[in-house]
Amino acid sequence: MNARVLAPVAVPSLQHKMEGRSLFSVALSGLAWVCALLASVPLLSVLYLLITRGGARLSMEVLTELPPAGFEMGGGFGNALAGTFVMVGIAALIAIPVGIMAAIFLAELGPSSKMANIARFSAKTLTGLPSILAGVFAYAIVVLTTGTYSAPAGGVALAVLMLPIVVLTAEEAIKMVPKIMKDAAYGMGCTRSQVIWKVILPTGLPAILTGVMLAVARAAGETAPLLFTALFSNYWLYQDGKLDLMNPTASLAVLIYNFSGMPFENQIELAWAASLVLVLIVLVINVVSRYFGRQKF
Amino acid sequence: MNSMTQDAVAQPPMTEKTVVMDCKLDKIFYGNFMAVRDSHVPIEKNKITGFIGPSGCGKSTVLRSLNRMNDLVEGFRFDGHVHFLGQDVYGKGVDPVVVRRYIGMVFQQPNPFAMSIFDNVAFGLRLNRYKGDIGDRVKGALQGAALWEEVKDKLKVSGQALSGGQQQRLCIARAIATEPEVLLMDEPCSALDPIATRRVEELMVELKQKFTIALVTHNMQQAIRVADTTAFFSVDISEGTRTGYLVEMGPTDQIFGEPREKLTREYINGEFS
Repeated sequence: MNARVLAPVAVPSLQHKMEGRSLFSVALSGLAWVCALLASVPLLSVLYLLITRGGARLSMEVLTELPPAGFEMGGGFGNALAGTFVMVGIAALIAIPVGIMAAIFLAELGPSSKMANIARFSAKTLTGLPSILAGVFAYAIVVLTTGTYSAPAGGVALAVLMLPIVVLTAEEAIKMVPKIMKDAAYGMGCTRSQVIWKVILPTGLPAILTGVMLAVARAAGETAPLLFTALFSNYWLYQDGKLDLMNPTASLAVLIYNFSGMPFENQIELAWAASLVLVLIVLVINVVSRYFGRQKF
Repeated sequence: MNSMTQDAVAQPPMTEKTVVMDCKLDKIFYGNFMAVRDSHVPIEKNKITGFIGPSGCGKSTVLRSLNRMNDLVEGFRFDGHVHFLGQDVYGKGVDPVVVRRYIGMVFQQPNPFAMSIFDNVAFGLRLNRYKGDIGDRVKGALQGAALWEEVKDKLKVSGQALSGGQQQRLCIARAIATEPEVLLMDEPCSALDPIATRRVEELMVELKQKFTIALVTHNMQQAIRVADTTAFFSVDISEGTRTGYLVEMGPTDQIFGEPREKLTREYINGEFS
């Protein structure tokens, strides 16, 4: 080291000083910390409330029995649980294939085509659609034409809500697949559809699944779109040895809505328990999507 | 596909040497931009043909034209012929997808698929519905790419978990598993460290026993080390455009020892780049 270089310059102090800008920085960090805490308060307090109020009533009985009438004791929401699964399943069967295929078009086939711009704009707008309007739409399309409230009508309403989430997340997932990997596939002699099926979709699958799971979780918790479409029912979909979907169908969300306003203690307790079950379902879906969301290779 | 043009393979164009791929190009365009012009690049069987030249001289464009990879680029147009297996790669009715199955390609960035090592190598075999024992062919390809000893105990591990040099050898294994006639390598070592580069270079020299290799490199030392024949491209910046063209092509010794063209001599002496 050559001392001559440093000599004429006064050596500055490198010690940390508590002055204006570092105080400001500390204050901002503190504020951010408090805000992060505030953001987690709603979920944690809802969970606390649900576990204390709903947990007590949770049993095998409530998961398997039919809802009680007015002054009846006991009972459960087995049909609503089943109805939620059936309707979310119908919605998934519609929204996932359509959504992924649409995403392939948006990301790969015609990313800057007019059709793509229209579809992308529609999907983005649809994410902000008040969910009750999805119910109105399904009411017009399915309930009015079939003449009855039904599980498929509820499924269509939920599919309308799931579709934009699936389209937009899958498009992002597909766009994340590196171009050099697609080049490799073309270089091996893949046709365009082989590149999509054999390379792009498998590579983007974890991220696509994450989006799908988020959409499913959202649909499972929706109430408003089901009010006009599936309505509610005190009976099983599967009755007298046959499955009839074309009947009003119970769901957890609508059961919570109905029962929580009733003057009977039993029903209110069941609403709490159903809320806990619904939150647990959403939680499980989120955990599962995190598991699948990990890149396997 | 009928064989429309027999001449390239039938008659020996260069004294007693077999030319597997004969690229005679007039012009290559990207939209209105003329990227390369007037170049005749014959590629001899079981030889390594190196393409060298300054940036923008079109050496990669020419290489990627040989298996019609450039068809994926919007606005690409190729005027000329590439004779391969008695047919014109750019002939009428020729399917670029089929062409690419006979001409393997290794890219600048190692690009294994997000799959296991085994599935990466088996990819082309499955694509071509290979009927024999896929395991045998995968092993053979990995041995051919000098990677077998390093990965034989972890064939189920992701191809992307390997080091850069290993990934590139995996990509070579993937390309040779289907035993293509020709292997195109587009600066395959430019993303690798010197040791990994050395290994890939040794591999290329081994591979030319079975395959024919066309190699783009920006590294002249690499061309000297591995190429049998070297093609020197330059870029013509007159008239305000940048159009690449073949300046001269010949045995590597001659190109680097006694180049015929002044431009070549200047380039290999590092007088411009």
